[in-house]
Amino acid sequence: MIWSLDFVLLVLSVVCAVAAVQVRDLLASVVLLAAFSLFMCLLWTEMGAVDVAFTEAAVGAGVTTVFFVITVFKTDRVSRD
Amino acid sequence: MAILDGAAGHLNTVGYIVLMMIGFYAMTGKSNLVKKLVGMNIFQWSIILFVVSLSAKRGASIPIVLDGHGGDAARVLDAALYVNPLPHVLMLTAIVVGVAITGVALALLLQIHRQFGTLEENELLERLRTSTGS
Repeated sequence: MIWSLDFVLLVLSVVCAVAAVQVRDLLASVVLLAAFSLFMCLLWTEMGAVDVAFTEAAVGAGVTTVFFVITVFKTDRVSRD
Repeated sequence: MAILDGAAGHLNTVGYIVLMMIGFYAMTGKSNLVKKLVGMNIFQWSIILFVVSLSAKRGASIPIVLDGHGGDAARVLDAALYVNPLPHVLMLTAIVVGVAITGVALALLLQIHRQFGTLEENELLERLRTSTGS
């Protein structure tokens, strides 16, 4: 566990999470959630949890994003807040 | 450097609390239902981050025995050299269950949008009130 790398990845994931919550375009929000998921995946590789990391990359960043994108395209794209 | 080391040990705890508060704010403070789901995902991943960081050790390697095949099978391994794999396995289940929950919730959102034509919470409550009132 390298604490400086840990710090950088945590800051990047918090920035991605805040942006995903605050942005009004829902497609941008979903893509930022995928980026957040990617940074969590890197964080778990850094902590030595490689099995969690590749499950996260496949399922968290892949399948969840596809589900969200399908839903956003079938419903409204712009959020009110 | 002692203070720095102490803070570095709690970095993941601080990060998980911050991420959890962001997710909680999105679930309660935002009115769009997709935003609420995004917040729920962030919340789930913050809890997974907490449990996985319980297993991390300083100076430990990934939990794979390098000379496992063909080596001395009865030899005792030093547990301090490997991170604890038990929280990883538990959190694998949590990730898959989280994706299943997200899929069911998105299917419900599609049905809500088909029936009411909106995903904003206040408009949805307004339409529910008028449809029951008339």
